[in-house]
Amino acid sequence: MSWIDICAIDEIPLRGARKLKTSHGCIAVFRTADNEVFATSNTCPHKGGPLSEGIVHGQSVTCPLHNWVFDLETGQARGETGKIATYPLKVEDGRVLIDGSGLTARDAA
Amino acid sequence: MTRKKLVVIGAGMASGRALEHLFDADPDGWDVTLFNAEPRGNYNRIMLSPVLSGEKSYEEIVTHDETWYADHGVTYRFGEKVTEVDRIARTVTGENGTVDYDKLLIATGSNPFMIPLPGHDLDGVIAYRDLEDTNRMIDASATQGARAVVIGGGLLGLEAAAGLRMRGMEVTVVHLMGHLMDRQLDPAAGYLLRKDLERRGIDVRVSSNSKEIVGEDGKVKALVLEDGTELPCDLLVMAVGIRPNTALAAEAGLAVGRGIHVDDQMITSDENILSVGECIEHDGAVFGLVAPLYDQAKVVAATLTGRDAAFTPKELSTKLKVTGCDLFSAGDFAEGEGREDIVYRDPARGIYKRLVIENDRLIGAVMYGDTADSNWFFGLIQSGEDISEMRETLIFGPAYQGGAASDPLSAVAALPRDAEICGCNGICKGTITDAIAGGATDLGAVRAQTKASASCGTCTGLVEQVLQVTLGDDFQAPAAQPICGCCDLTHEDVRRLIKGRELKSQDAVWQELGWKTRNGCHVCRPAVNFYLLADWPLEYRDDPQSRFVNERKHANIQKDGTFSVVPRMWGGITNAAELRAIADAADKYDVPTVKVTGGQRIDLLGVKGEDLPFIWADLNEAGLVSGHAYSKGLRTVKTCVGTDHCRFGTQDSTGLGIKLEQILWGAWTPHKVKLAVSGCPRNCAEATCKDVGIICVDSGYQVGVGGAAGMDVKETERLVDVASEAEAIEWTTAFIQLYRENAKYLDRPYKWVAKVGLDWVKETLASADDRARLVAAFELSQSIYRKDPWADHAKQAERFQPLADLTLEAAE
Repeated sequence: MSWIDICAIDEIPLRGARKLKTSHGCIAVFRTADNEVFATSNTCPHKGGPLSEGIVHGQSVTCPLHNWVFDLETGQARGETGKIATYPLKVEDGRVLIDGSGLTARDAA
Repeated sequence: MTRKKLVVIGAGMASGRALEHLFDADPDGWDVTLFNAEPRGNYNRIMLSPVLSGEKSYEEIVTHDETWYADHGVTYRFGEKVTEVDRIARTVTGENGTVDYDKLLIATGSNPFMIPLPGHDLDGVIAYRDLEDTNRMIDASATQGARAVVIGGGLLGLEAAAGLRMRGMEVTVVHLMGHLMDRQLDPAAGYLLRKDLERRGIDVRVSSNSKEIVGEDGKVKALVLEDGTELPCDLLVMAVGIRPNTALAAEAGLAVGRGIHVDDQMITSDENILSVGECIEHDGAVFGLVAPLYDQAKVVAATLTGRDAAFTPKELSTKLKVTGCDLFSAGDFAEGEGREDIVYRDPARGIYKRLVIENDRLIGAVMYGDTADSNWFFGLIQSGEDISEMRETLIFGPAYQGGAASDPLSAVAALPRDAEICGCNGICKGTITDAIAGGATDLGAVRAQTKASASCGTCTGLVEQVLQVTLGDDFQAPAAQPICGCCDLTHEDVRRLIKGRELKSQDAVWQELGWKTRNGCHVCRPAVNFYLLADWPLEYRDDPQSRFVNERKHANIQKDGTFSVVPRMWGGITNAAELRAIADAADKYDVPTVKVTGGQRIDLLGVKGEDLPFIWADLNEAGLVSGHAYSKGLRTVKTCVGTDHCRFGTQDSTGLGIKLEQILWGAWTPHKVKLAVSGCPRNCAEATCKDVGIICVDSGYQVGVGGAAGMDVKETERLVDVASEAEAIEWTTAFIQLYRENAKYLDRPYKWVAKVGLDWVKETLASADDRARLVAAFELSQSIYRKDPWADHAKQAERFQPLADLTLEAAE
């Protein structure tokens, strides 16, 4: 694994998300009320809604376009057949790190 | 046919029920005059405890409103005391005149018994009997750190104590006997009850005798006990019992003992005078619970209409209306020769059950913590059937009898037809299943036809189970839907509890109202966020993370993920400088579409999320602010040009529109709000389909509300006609605030008005005091929210950028 420092945890709002651009599309980085962080694809498989703009509740996010609800841990859509990719993430000394293998431009090239 | 004259003294639950039965049996036979010393009609007195605790409002417990009295031809004289009954002339004289009768029904109820302790007449010493007492308790609890002492640990005293505690008061209960509710519970159940109440922070003192009440400046200060203990208090509630109110009957010369003597037909010693309720004495007994009162009411109606009926007292059961304290008792549970006990305890879960058996019959039951099977046991007590066959497993309830599976519904399925479901109204399972067979297939219909669960409501779940067992898959879930799967409460319940229990944070709501999820979901959290900010504008602030993306970003998300930007144009008025700034912004940020909206302003569509803070800063520079085209708040105030230019204009409609928009902008509301002001009845601003629409006329302003022109199309209804612009603004502001305080989240004003009724809105706003309070509350909230969110967000531009751009890394 190659960990990339992307931000301080405080840069992500509690019960909110920020967006990360990669050569494989945008990734949404979530922070829950209990200070857990998760990274998933930013794109809802239903109609492409931006998940980083959704309401974060418990360990879930609701897509802002048509209210599909995704489990942030597994990426599974609740009550629908659909799943979003999830990415390994960790927090060290208040910094959020994402596993860069497979995400950077070098890998795409 | 001449109608007979019936005079009723006392508009309580017993006489109210008697009138219902009378009108059912003989709708046109009677002219009724109804006196009541309280200045109101019949309400469900046993539901005062939920009103005290904040779980219900007074309006919800009204049994008969003015319409009901009018529909049944009842002349009501509320707030008027009866001074004399003349039995020879057959007349009743009230403070405002005399009326004659063919039949008289005395239903004067009871008076709370006040222990004649020294100091019992001090200010702040009250009983717990009527709405006035309840309101005094609610008022007293509003003071921070206020303390209350309740004398009496019976049903009423404990409901008062629990309600005051829920409202935040320090509460002590003083009880003379060795355990709480000593007439209904045995010591073991009394102990569990005490423990539950103490866990809620209520101080309980049993075996305590009160000695005197001490005061200061005529106001209660403390209760002193026999042992010298002094309990400081700002409010002292005496709930030690009731006495039949027989004064009027005694003066009229009727036979009176502890109560007014009646025979089995409810007739007093005068054949033309009947009596019903807590004021009577029948066969040596007096009555305080509602079930026998309702039985008496039936007999009264039958006697008046010449049918045979006789009142026979039945076994009674008791439940406490304190949320979270499940207790039940019925029958006789004193120990005695030849009596056997079956006891079951589960200390970990705080459960205690005791059955008393005599001669192979169940004669008494006490339960605490788990009362699910109480009706089955009560049925066995009433029927007196031989239980020797199931003695071994009796205490485990009906699910364990006859090898039936332990399905929660099987207990209900196992009940016989004559098992009582609704204790208040004495409704058996058979009556309910007959009503269901007759087409009553939901809770409301069963309630309307049989009265089951229509009084205290604790058997609502049981009635629903009977529906479910009888109808199977055809049973529709009850209409009052919880907000979402996160909780069991409706929007209305949550709003009332946030106000009543002073919940001022999301976490308080999740915890106190039993949310099943950590912090709600996309359905409930935006609603709770709004309710909190509307009720506690200073204590709670809008939480952007509980807002839908448009309101969090202060821009409308479009289907391709870009946003639209709509600056405010007050009253639809703009100028060359603003238009130039908009044109410059459209150029600078490559805005693909510029559109004129229906709300008289300009929409810039297709702005990239990252550019939002910069385009806002540019527009701010030119004096333009957010138009809130995305929010559940004030959108636009559409106007026509009015007297400035139009030859038909009667008033300055544009000026009024601008003033309204400048007052209302920025306020969060349950759903979006659109206004319009037209300068004359030609209505060019289309004001008659807006949430609030004002039409100017020569004589002033016609304010209409509750219009719609979306999925539903609806014309506004007239709220009021006023002469001045200032009044038009006051009424509009007060209406918006009333809507903010009461509506369900995502109900537009027209939906809300349809639910509460335009008459109620009009009545509330007709009071100048209420309007002033509403306007002040709105202004208080606006001291926080009347500002441009774009200016705030433009300062945090980095929040709108991606965290990092890993696509650039290869180039480094």
